[in-house]
Amino acid sequence: MKKILILFAHPKFEKSRANLALVDHIKEIEGITFHDLYEQYPNFNVDVVAEQSLLDRHDVIIWHHPFYWYSCPPLMKQWIDMVLEFNWAYGPQGKALHGKTCLNVLTTGGSKEVYCSEGYNSFTVSQFLRPFEQTANLCGMMYLPPFAVMGTHNLTVEKLTEYAHSYGNLIELLKTDISVEDSQGYSFLNDIPKLKQVKL
Amino acid sequence: MTGSLLFQAIVFLAGAILCVSIAKRFGLSSVIGYLLAGVLIGPYVLGFIGEEGQDILHFAEFGVVMMLFLIGLEIDPRNFWNMRKSILGMGGIQVGLTMLLTYIFFSIMGFEWQVSLVIAMAVALSSTAIALQTIKEKGLMDTTFGSSAFSILLFQDIIVIFMLGALPLLSNTATDTAANEHGSTGSLIASLPLGFQTLAIILSVVLIVVAGRYLIVPLLRKVAKTSVRELLIAAAFLIVFGISFLMEFVGLSPALGAFLGGVVLSNSEFKHELESTLEPFKNLFLGLFFMAVGASINFIVIAKSPLTIGGILIAIILLKALVLFITARVFKLKMDQKLLLTFSLAQIGEFAFVLLSFAFQLKILDQETIDLMLVITALSMSLTPIIGLINERLILPKVGTKESIKRPMDHIAKSHKIILVGFGHFGSTVGRFLRSHGVEATILDQDSNRVDFLRKMGFEVYYGDATRIDLLESAGIAEAKILICAIDNPNITKEVTKLVKEKYPHVELMVRAKNRYDAYDLLNLGIENIYRETLDTSLSLAKDVLSKMGFRKYTLNRQVQNFIKYDEESIRRLAKEPKRGDEYIFKARKELEEQEKLLEDDFKRGIVDLDNHWDSEHIRKALNEKIEN
Repeated sequence: MKKILILFAHPKFEKSRANLALVDHIKEIEGITFHDLYEQYPNFNVDVVAEQSLLDRHDVIIWHHPFYWYSCPPLMKQWIDMVLEFNWAYGPQGKALHGKTCLNVLTTGGSKEVYCSEGYNSFTVSQFLRPFEQTANLCGMMYLPPFAVMGTHNLTVEKLTEYAHSYGNLIELLKTDISVEDSQGYSFLNDIPKLKQVKL
Repeated sequence: MTGSLLFQAIVFLAGAILCVSIAKRFGLSSVIGYLLAGVLIGPYVLGFIGEEGQDILHFAEFGVVMMLFLIGLEIDPRNFWNMRKSILGMGGIQVGLTMLLTYIFFSIMGFEWQVSLVIAMAVALSSTAIALQTIKEKGLMDTTFGSSAFSILLFQDIIVIFMLGALPLLSNTATDTAANEHGSTGSLIASLPLGFQTLAIILSVVLIVVAGRYLIVPLLRKVAKTSVRELLIAAAFLIVFGISFLMEFVGLSPALGAFLGGVVLSNSEFKHELESTLEPFKNLFLGLFFMAVGASINFIVIAKSPLTIGGILIAIILLKALVLFITARVFKLKMDQKLLLTFSLAQIGEFAFVLLSFAFQLKILDQETIDLMLVITALSMSLTPIIGLINERLILPKVGTKESIKRPMDHIAKSHKIILVGFGHFGSTVGRFLRSHGVEATILDQDSNRVDFLRKMGFEVYYGDATRIDLLESAGIAEAKILICAIDNPNITKEVTKLVKEKYPHVELMVRAKNRYDAYDLLNLGIENIYRETLDTSLSLAKDVLSKMGFRKYTLNRQVQNFIKYDEESIRRLAKEPKRGDEYIFKARKELEEQEKLLEDDFKRGIVDLDNHWDSEHIRKALNEKIEN
């Protein structure tokens, strides 16, 4: 069974209805490590050695964060800047992450409709995530499409609970078998047929 | 043999120690232990205590007075006002209905209506002493059951005044002489016309409130300034005695007056100090009271007609229980709370002794009836803990509706209790920051001037010496999650932390340390959260100096954090080393040298190796090397 590391970054977690619901649902799942970056490194002083050893011990890396200004919150970028070192994660000797799986789990205030060339955000979520995709690629990781909870401003409690369950199912799926082929042709992991088959 | 005071004291104390420790060993409430001790030393078993049992009972009622004073201390006047509905409602239903049913019961049994009415009054009252003592012992004061029981008992305490006033009206014989014989009613009020009686009552209540604010608190401040500990004890007693005297003088229940006095003082900074001072005395007096009750059970009367007494006893307890259950139903208590209330207040209380003997003096009751009722009262009180035990062990587990409400995602729990000891410059900064987040700590400080000043500024600060565990206890350390120790004096800090760690290991200690050496001592006491007052500030200054010399601020910031990390690690290593003269100095120097080296290395490598983030120089080097190869 694959070990999953959830790197979670939210500067105001306690006020985020959507992320509280998502995290509350998946936090206690067996075989995952939930790593709350803003709680661990309030001074942005990321412990590189500890983070690298944590990555060594996991097979699937999830960047879980709200989608701020079409990107992640600053501490997550700080984490990427510091932890993914030259000749460790990339570079001639950098093979520590090779073969691992990587993906973004994100929440957006705007709905799916505004993230397209016709919408007022002009680009799709996948296009905005290109830097993450390429980071994963450079580090030799398999990058999956994102799991996204969108339009959080108008989500009902029921719908939110549904998303939380779906996130839990995704984690079960990631533990066992999922490949790039499963997500072929889908922009979001939310929509892949395999996820809908998971029964819990 | 029973004459000497010393001998009596020995009998009571020995009986109490023996029986209470036995009761506690079997997991029973201390009340049972005291009652048994009373029976044991009383006239029918060992015979150490004879007729004087009644006098002791009267004397020991002072324990009840103290208890109500202490309860009053814990009640905020605002809460008291919020409780008015349950006091009047629950108390009213309970007293009214119990009186009605008892009256009918005794009338059917063929007693005269006056007699039935007196008995009905006596039966309606429950035992504040027993019920509250048990509730407090079990820590149930904050449950709905606890506050309901308290409301009912409080109502009874108030209504008993009117009952005592009404008794003379029931008497056929001349009332004046009889009334004057009785201490608690033969006073000012009885001699006044009705309108003035009310006025006297209101005046004395006002007097207590005003005196509490403008006389007692300034007095306590003066006493606190002398720093003579026993003077505070004396002052505490003076307050309770004074209020009791005033109440008895105007003819009100001293217990009620004491309760009121407590409420008035509950907002003052001396709340916890008074609590911790009076608590042990209260317990002793209450113990004496229970022993006196045990000793006053007249086994000859029981032997004469065991069936009648048993029958009436069971009937009264069932009747009281039924009424309590109905009351709890009306006020929609949960099942387990309902049962607790039903069984804990089903006894006849200590006020019955007062009422019954007064009625006897007024010749409403004859010798036979009063003997019967006194025995039943004492027996019903003795049975309470046993009934409670049956409820707890046999009935409650079957009902099983424990109050458990799952709260929705409560990520910041503000309800955790925090105690902050020491409110000088250090502690007050801590307190202010906590407060700005809506977290109110219970603050203790030993400087009475400062306490006074801070209270004027709106802080909830209490005067007291935190090295006394009883003070910490009344500040609520048993329920506390965290104790912050912000005391200036390292020796007191060590004393407090040691004490808390030993007695209340569940409380997390967060401790201010003056310097490294303090930190070593605290670490060796097993305290993990240590805050050296000089560390962050000095580094912050050093950082600014370097910044003015041209170093970049963000880099310095990271270095400061690294420095603190190394230093925390080194201090934990060094603490374990035994401190013996040269060896210690050598080790310490070695450690300091090591730290210096670490920092030096850090700085040298800093840009290149260790802190190479956001720096492309080393990548360029590495790539160039590769090309050259």
